[in-house]
This record gives sequence, C-alpha cells and structure tokens, in this order.
Amino acid sequence: MTPATGGGAHDDTDESGGASRGGQAPAGEARAAGARKASPGSKRPPGSAASPRARNQSGPKSAQGAKSPKGAGLSKDGARSGAAAAAQVPTIRARVRPQPGGVPRLDVDGMLASERIIVCCGSGGVGKTTTAAALALRAAEQGRSVVVLTIDPARRLAQSMGLTELDNTPREVLGVDLSAGGRLDAMMLDMKRTFDEIVLAHTTSERADQLLANPFYQSLSSSFAGTQEYMAMEKLGQLDAADDWDLIIVDTPPTRSALDFLDAPSRLGAFLDGRLLRLLLMPAKAGGRAYVKMLGVGFGMFTKVLTKVIGAQLLTDVSQFVSAMETMFGGFRQRAEKTYRLLGAPGTSFVVVAAPEVAALREASYFVDRLETDGMPLAGLVVNRMHHSDGRSLTAERSLAAAENLTEHGEHPLAAAVLRVHADRLRLAEREARLRERFTSAHPDTPLIEVEALAEDVHDLAGLREIGDALAGDERLARVG
Amino acid sequence: MPELAAHAGRGVIRIVRRGGGAEANSGAGAGTVVAVTASERDRKGEKPAGPWRRRLHVVTGKGGTGKTTVASALALALATGGQRVLLTEVEGRQQIAQVFDTPPLPYRERKVASAPGGGEVYALAVDAEEALLEYLEMFYNLRSAGKVLGKMGAIDFATTIAPGVRDVLLTGKIKEAVNRPDGTRPSGLAYDAVVLDAPPTGRITRFLNVAREVVGLAKMGPIRSQADGVLAVLHSGQTAVHLVTLLEEMPVQETIDAVAELRAADLPVGGVVVNMVRPPLLGAKELRAARAGTLDGEELAAGIKEAGLEPTADLVAELAREAAQHAERVALEAAQRVEVAALDQPMYELPLASDGMDMGMLYRFAEMLRAQRMVG
Repeated sequence: MTPATGGGAHDDTDESGGASRGGQAPAGEARAAGARKASPGSKRPPGSAASPRARNQSGPKSAQGAKSPKGAGLSKDGARSGAAAAAQVPTIRARVRPQPGGVPRLDVDGMLASERIIVCCGSGGVGKTTTAAALALRAAEQGRSVVVLTIDPARRLAQSMGLTELDNTPREVLGVDLSAGGRLDAMMLDMKRTFDEIVLAHTTSERADQLLANPFYQSLSSSFAGTQEYMAMEKLGQLDAADDWDLIIVDTPPTRSALDFLDAPSRLGAFLDGRLLRLLLMPAKAGGRAYVKMLGVGFGMFTKVLTKVIGAQLLTDVSQFVSAMETMFGGFRQRAEKTYRLLGAPGTSFVVVAAPEVAALREASYFVDRLETDGMPLAGLVVNRMHHSDGRSLTAERSLAAAENLTEHGEHPLAAAVLRVHADRLRLAEREARLRERFTSAHPDTPLIEVEALAEDVHDLAGLREIGDALAGDERLARVG
Repeated sequence: MPELAAHAGRGVIRIVRRGGGAEANSGAGAGTVVAVTASERDRKGEKPAGPWRRRLHVVTGKGGTGKTTVASALALALATGGQRVLLTEVEGRQQIAQVFDTPPLPYRERKVASAPGGGEVYALAVDAEEALLEYLEMFYNLRSAGKVLGKMGAIDFATTIAPGVRDVLLTGKIKEAVNRPDGTRPSGLAYDAVVLDAPPTGRITRFLNVAREVVGLAKMGPIRSQADGVLAVLHSGQTAVHLVTLLEEMPVQETIDAVAELRAADLPVGGVVVNMVRPPLLGAKELRAARAGTLDGEELAAGIKEAGLEPTADLVAELAREAAQHAERVALEAAQRVEVAALDQPMYELPLASDGMDMGMLYRFAEMLRAQRMVG
C-alpha cells in the first residue's frame, strides 16, 4: 500500500475473503452491509449465480421504463440484448486469477464501498471505459448510488447502458440489480455542450450569443487538444456539486499521453485566465506601453510576431473572444483549481488501467510516478487482458515437442493441434507476465489486480458484471466454472 | 505465396477481400482463402490498389493496434531497393526511437536503419514548438523573437491552444519534407517517400483536415499559406492514409468509422493492415467441436499419452478449455475480417510476434508487406 492511498479501507490486502473486507470500510455500515450482501460468501448457490440477475434484467424493465419514458425504448434494447447474450454464453469468460507473488492486491470492493470519486486513467485501447463501467455497475449492485461519466464508449457498450444519445445528462441504466438499494446512472461527455453551458451560465445572454458565434470559440470548444480533459473535469465538478450520488466514477479521455489528463485543466485554466490573454486585451485598454513594462518588448514587436504567426484576422477573432470571455476568467481558474484539489482530497482514488503491452505499461508506470509526485491518491493498477493457463505444469517447450512428435508420426492430429494451442498460449502468458513484472519491480508497493483476457468485447451488463467480479477477485466465478 | 508463408512460419498470410472474403470466412474461420493480386485489381478498374506509389503514407490506427510498428515496417519496405525514406511521428511520444531501439530522436532527421539494396530510413520526431521556431527563423529571421514569446507562453499558445495551429505546424513540417528538393539525388527530392506515424483513428480526420479548418479561420497570412500547401499534398494523389487494425471488435469499429470520416472529408484512404494475426491452429471441424464443448476428450487424452505426457483429468480439461477459447477467438476474428473486407479497401496482414517485436521481426514485416504488394 502506498502512503499516498487515501482511506483505511485500502489497508486490507488479504486475499482470503470478500466478506470481511466491506466491514473495515470506515464510510458507513450501510454501505458495507450492501457490499456484504452481494459478496461471494452469501447464499447464492454456485452455478445459479447468473439466474437472479437474469430475472432482474427482464423483471423490473417495464416498471423502470414507465418511470423514464424518454430512454425507455432504447434501454430496453440494451437489456434485451444483454439477456440474450448471457443465455448464449456457455462458458465463463473471465476467471479470477491467483495474485502474483509478493504483489499487494488492489482491494476493489473496499474502494467501491468507501470512495466518493474514482478516476480511471491509462493510455488508449486498454479497456479503460469498460473498467469504469464494470466498477460502477458493481458498486451500484452492492448498494451504492453511482454515476459513471464516460468519455468515448464503444457503441455497443454505450447501448448496453442505454447511452444512445449524447445529451450530457446522467440517465438511469436499466437492468441493474437494485436489490441492495443502489442505483446506476451513466452519461457520455459532450464537451462542446459542457463548454456552452458554462458560457450560458456565467454571462448575459447577449454576450453569450456573441461568444458562441465567435469562430475562435467554436474551434476551441470543439477541437482544442485539452478541452475534452478540461470539460471532463468541469463535468466532474458539476456532478460532485450536485451531490446526488454516493460515488462518481470518471473515465478519462484518450489523450495522446495519459499525463495530459492531469495537465490539461491547469493549462486551459491558465490560458483562459492568463497573462497572455490579458495582454491581448490591452490594446483596447491601456495602450502599448504596458507591454514594454511587462515584457521588456515593445507592443509593435509583440503584435508583429503574433500577427505573423497566426495572421491578423485570426488575432482579431481572438481579441473578440477574449473580451467576451473576460467576465468568466476568474471562474475558469477557480473551478479548475477546485477540481484539481478535489482529485487530491480524501475520498478520491485513481485507478490506472493498462494492458500487458510494452507501451501501455510504460505509460502506466509514468502515470503512477506522476500521481505520486502530485500527491494524488493512487488506489492501484488494473492489468486487463492477461492470458493465463492453468496447465503450466506442461511447459510450452514440452508441449510443442510433444506436438511435433505426434505430427512426425502422423498420429493424433487433434492432440497435436491442441498442444500447439497450449504452447502458444503459454508463450503469450509468459511474455505478458514478464512485462507485468517489469512494472512490479519498479513499483513494488502499487497494488494491482490482473483481469483475464476475454474472448470477446464486453457489450452487455452481464459481461460488465463478470469483469466486475474479476476486478474484485470475487471467487464466485471460479466456483461456477 | 510460398516465400511469404515461409516467413510466417506455420501461419498463412492472406489477402482477403470483399464478397469473396466474406463467404470464405463465414464458417469457422479456416475457410478458403482468396488471394487477390494487384494486377487482378487493376484489370477490374477498381479503386487504386497497391502497390501504393505515393509520396506520403499516413499510418493511423486505434491505440494498441501497433501502428508505429506497421509504419516502421512500411518505411523499411519502401526503402528496400535503394530508396531514401523519412519516418516521422508527431505526438511527442518517441515511439519510433523505441521501435528502432535508438535514443530519443532530436528534432533533426537521423538515419535509424538501412534497408536491403542500399535503402535508408531516416526518422524525425516532429515537435510543434521546434517547428514553429524553425518556421519563424526560415521566413522572418525571427528566432530570437520566438524565444521571447516562448518565455511568456505565446509559443504554448500558438502551438497548443490556438485552434489547429499546432496541427498545421505539424502537417506543415511533413509537407515540407515531402516536397524538399535535393538536386544530388536521382529523383531530385530529398526523400523518395515519407511515412507518418499519425495520430490514432479517433483524431486522424481532424488532424489531416486541420488545414481546411484553418483555411476557414485564417483568410490570409503565413499560417494560411502553410495550410494551402498541406492541402495540396493531401489532395493531389500524392498521399494514402493506411489504417491499422486488429481483428477485434473495437479496433475494427473504429477503422470503419475512420474510413467513413476520411471518405467524407475527401481524404485518400489507402490499405487496411490487419495486425497481430494469429492463424487458426485447429481444423474447421475441430474448431466447431471445441466451441461447442464437444471436443473428443478421450482422443485428446490418448494423443497426450502417446506423446509421452501424463494425461491427467485436470490437464485434459485445461487443454480443452484453451482449445475452446482459441476456437472462440478464431470465430470472432473471422466475423471481424468480414467487416473489414466490407470496407472494400485492399487488406494486408501481419502476424502476431508472440515473442515480442525486435528489429529482425521488423525486417520480416517489411518483406511481408512487399510480398503482399502493399508497396514495391
């Protein structure tokens, strides 16, 4: 456990049982009880684990549909396809893996029971959104009221959560097991709309119209490299202020580097609130001498260069944009700072997500270091898509040699092929384990959990539940298998 | 393709396209393979197919699909036979240096590899701030002024905040390399081809189209002329945008979306490189049985015993489970392959390097791309 981790609930890295973990959470017995209710030790017999949920998926559907008519039709589809897929899947898809030796285990259920904000970060293509959604679903089914903010979910995953329109408002996800008293809302971030809403909320309608029509604003609000990150933070601040949920889970934008995510808010905040924009405003106000005073460079020099770089007409648009934004300057910086503080406060946990690939783990490593530097509370690392074999007693080399031997004699082609499959899998698993160990040796105290690779992408609630079980090391699955 | 098959070991590298591909793969994924040569395509007068004779090859793909590896292999393939190729990246991640196992690239073109037949691959990590300073110096002799601006955040402003300026500078630098003259070389150009390891599929159209956006924003001025130059390179048959995907749902979906966006933006879509292909190790019948959970356990146990191993119940069950997962994956890959084939762009395939990538594998990938006539 790293010293940066917030909350006593994380101190238990004991693998032995989920039932005791919830009880140690300081954040309220009710929640802990909720966690216990859904934990593996409870009455549900092995083999029937899926059935109460399957019933639940079709059962309350109509009642909920009536409650929220707007999303009903679409969400029902999601629930239906979820139930259908569950019926088709004969085998379990993710098994709980033994914890690698000497590595503290990420206590997912403890975190879900006690935290108020969980931020999932990592490089692109590592299953970040799926992880965020699976955590949210698990927390909701353990009795917490949860909202998950996704940035750019895969279409079918979005559909399974009823996220068919990008309307920037959290909507209830249907098909969730509410028996523990929880609730799950989900939303997709619309960054331009979030920006527009800020503008509309903080200025007169006349000025807002002027600003919304400015080409510089339009471009900034839809395509600036940091806007998405900033707006995700802004939205997180709004969700936090609304105080409608016990837990907010945030997926982070697919930045070119995972580190951009932490910097972007302050960068945009600094820009919108900054010296440079004030300078751009000055020609209309104080005149050129101020430039000499502030920069030691004449006004002429300054505008000459800027004009050359971005063009005179664009500079005019920028100046107009700046005057229109002026009233909001303080607000932007204030909120950016507030959200940044929120991220570092007790009750927030960062979960770094990676895949067992060189680049993704390197990025994860950078991110872990960076969180530490910034004093941000790191809960741990999720390594998705690990391949494993329970037949490691038969090594890849022996398996392959046996296959060659059979092939040579033209015998037992089936066994030969299956032995090759096994050898292939072991080699992949060994390579992945080596990559994971590289991370572990650099960060021995970072708790982690490995999630097995699934044959197919997750796009229904049943699949998210399985991921959630695997994330929490929920033993029920192992017994089902 | 005997030469190719040899490189891929047991695997078979296939070029599957269109309707034929869909039918061939509708079974358990081990169906007949349709190989289409470039000359066949040309005869049919279809879309421009490989080999792609372009000056600029843009390589994009979803994160995790291995686009840097493919871009690097493509650069080697293009350089083979004595060409000089520039491989560039624009995201400041120093991915190329990692592929070629060199120290981080400075903002200076540097030779990173030789290709068979006297070819050379140079590499450059384009940095927006450096590109801006270079640009100021080149056109206005304003480098020192640029440094003053840097101190007060104006460079940051111009390169990361002013809409699109950063991407214009990056694409502008690529355009400069594509067009750079060199009288000492037979082609009269510094590089015979430029390969860009581009931003991922989710951002590629916006990145390449930034010039168009800037043309809308800046009616005149140097940024405008820079943007005009970029548009000329992208839209005059000198460029192809290749997409790298895996046979997995999300990368394929993103590829399909990106192709639609690129087409809508009138950007030249090139080939689709299917990366990390793992050939089926079981026959069609066995794949079906494995998926259905009806694999002949006794036969399996007998075979394991025959091979001199102890067929414990646990081991046989685990092997059957692994075979089932393998079969499941093969079936999903076949379905995804149909989706990719439906894009109607030429497809190329590269196998999974299960022991990880190294330079040796990179050269083999380059040969495979040439053998499949992506370039050459």
